Amino acid sequence: MLPDLIFALFATGILVGAGLIIAARNPMLGMLGMLVTFINAAGLFILFGAEFLGLLLIMVYLGAIAVMFLFVLMTIDLEFFKLREKPKAYLPLGLLTVAVLAGEFILAANYGLFSTNVTMLPTGEQPQNIIQIGNVLFTTYVLPFQLSGLVLLTAMVGAIVLTHRPRSDVKRQSITKQVLRTKEEGLTMTKPKLGHGTGTNVAKHWKPKSVAK
Amino acid sequence: MELLTHYATTLVTFDNLLMLATTLGIILLIAVPVLLGMAYTTWFERKILGWMHLRHGPMHTGPFGLLQPIADAVKLMFKEPFIPGASNKVMFLIAPMLAFIPVLVVWAVIPFGENPFTGSLMVLANINLGVMFILAVTSIEVYGILLAGWASNSKYPFLGAVRSGAQMVSYEVSMGLIVLAVILLAGSMNLADIVNAQKTVWFFIPAFPAFIMFLVSILAECNRHPFDLPEAEAELVAGYNTEYSAMSFALFFLGEYVAMITMSAFTAILFLGGWLPPFDVAPLNWIPGTIWLLLKIIAILFFMVWARGTLPRYRYDQLMRLGWKIFLPLSFAWLIITAIAVKLLGNLAA
Repeated sequence: MLPDLIFALFATGILVGAGLIIAARNPMLGMLGMLVTFINAAGLFILFGAEFLGLLLIMVYLGAIAVMFLFVLMTIDLEFFKLREKPKAYLPLGLLTVAVLAGEFILAANYGLFSTNVTMLPTGEQPQNIIQIGNVLFTTYVLPFQLSGLVLLTAMVGAIVLTHRPRSDVKRQSITKQVLRTKEEGLTMTKPKLGHGTGTNVAKHWKPKSVAK
Repeated sequence: MELLTHYATTLVTFDNLLMLATTLGIILLIAVPVLLGMAYTTWFERKILGWMHLRHGPMHTGPFGLLQPIADAVKLMFKEPFIPGASNKVMFLIAPMLAFIPVLVVWAVIPFGENPFTGSLMVLANINLGVMFILAVTSIEVYGILLAGWASNSKYPFLGAVRSGAQMVSYEVSMGLIVLAVILLAGSMNLADIVNAQKTVWFFIPAFPAFIMFLVSILAECNRHPFDLPEAEAELVAGYNTEYSAMSFALFFLGEYVAMITMSAFTAILFLGGWLPPFDVAPLNWIPGTIWLLLKIIAILFFMVWARGTLPRYRYDQLMRLGWKIFLPLSFAWLIITAIAVKLLGNLAA
């Protein structure tokens, strides 16, 4: 009984959040809707006994990916109304997404993939699904797992290659160099004669400004 | 309608109501001391800083200034809540709540040791993935700060928020890896199991480098000195909370200090043996475990204040360098070393 009610709560949360993403005029509000959706989806995962996946969803999507979204939204100058000018241009893509989702939904419904077995968050006594996931991930699906790791590595290297450029106009700090600097390198002792300056390089390159007479 | 009455009759039973009441009672029993503790953390910090500066710290409100936190709270409650005209008002009001709620939610899984009367574990929810829960919930904290900076629609809060977001996300990575190493040592993600695995030796001895890295990371994660760039007074006025006043400011303040206590408790559980006494001998194990946990939390809080009193603020590029170029590879290396050691020697699970 109680799990049913909690399911209804999370499901409503997902729908409200998803609706907010689509309907919000302000992208920032849409972002907030996305947070609501993620949290409620994680709640559903946990409700169905997949507590590891649920918490992972929060950690990865909320803790990292959505933060990056937020960064982008915060730092670019969004022209809110340009997005609304041609809603029809996005129609084919939208319809395609709807078709794919509907197909998945129908497949899942016909092959009995909808579970009605609702459990609460497992406590210390029950078996941990993290062990089961680990077993499957590192035996049966070890190659796809490695492959997805490689894809991520490629994306990472790609991002660095695309954005990194050598710059000559920036002074770089090398902390090891600074720490290892000796007294001899950093300090020159001179005994200047009266009226002759120090005689070091600094003095050679220094040009006096024209002095008003 | 039938469904509603059905739900009403099956859900509203004496057992369910009792469960609800006891849960709420336990929540109050945890939340009230945490909030009071937060108030006295500010007093503790001001006193310690004062002594380090050869001052007295707060002295006038009550004996030794003990009523100062209460006076501060009352002052903040009665100040005018000010909302800037150009701000996004909804976000402006939601942000402080988003910053405060997650840090309090974390306490749901923190175990306080064995009950001295019954011997059962004192914890609100003894879930398998306690560590994951803490990491997941603390990763939501950053939204409050980011949204506050954006909603204020002002330069300094914005810069503070962006800095803070980048900083918290960066240090979460190495923190997660260090925590993973501890999980390998303990062989469990349950916080109580992790503490019980430390009965032979506290984890800060076998995992000393990880302990040091974790301490520095929690400073950065809580936006504390010397990594308090998000609120560097000298350059950013006050960072993300510049435009806030009254209770909404107080919520940020609360959030920051409760996060300090939370992270201290987390460190105490991961590395300092949680509620276990240093040696399991007679006079030490007469003291209830909760007191030991409290002492360890205070010790780590003292470390945080100590760092504030002694170290100058890092520059932002130095902070990022430390996080990504030093802590990330080192914690990775530590994880691999731990994994090999656990594979060869077995873990310390109780």
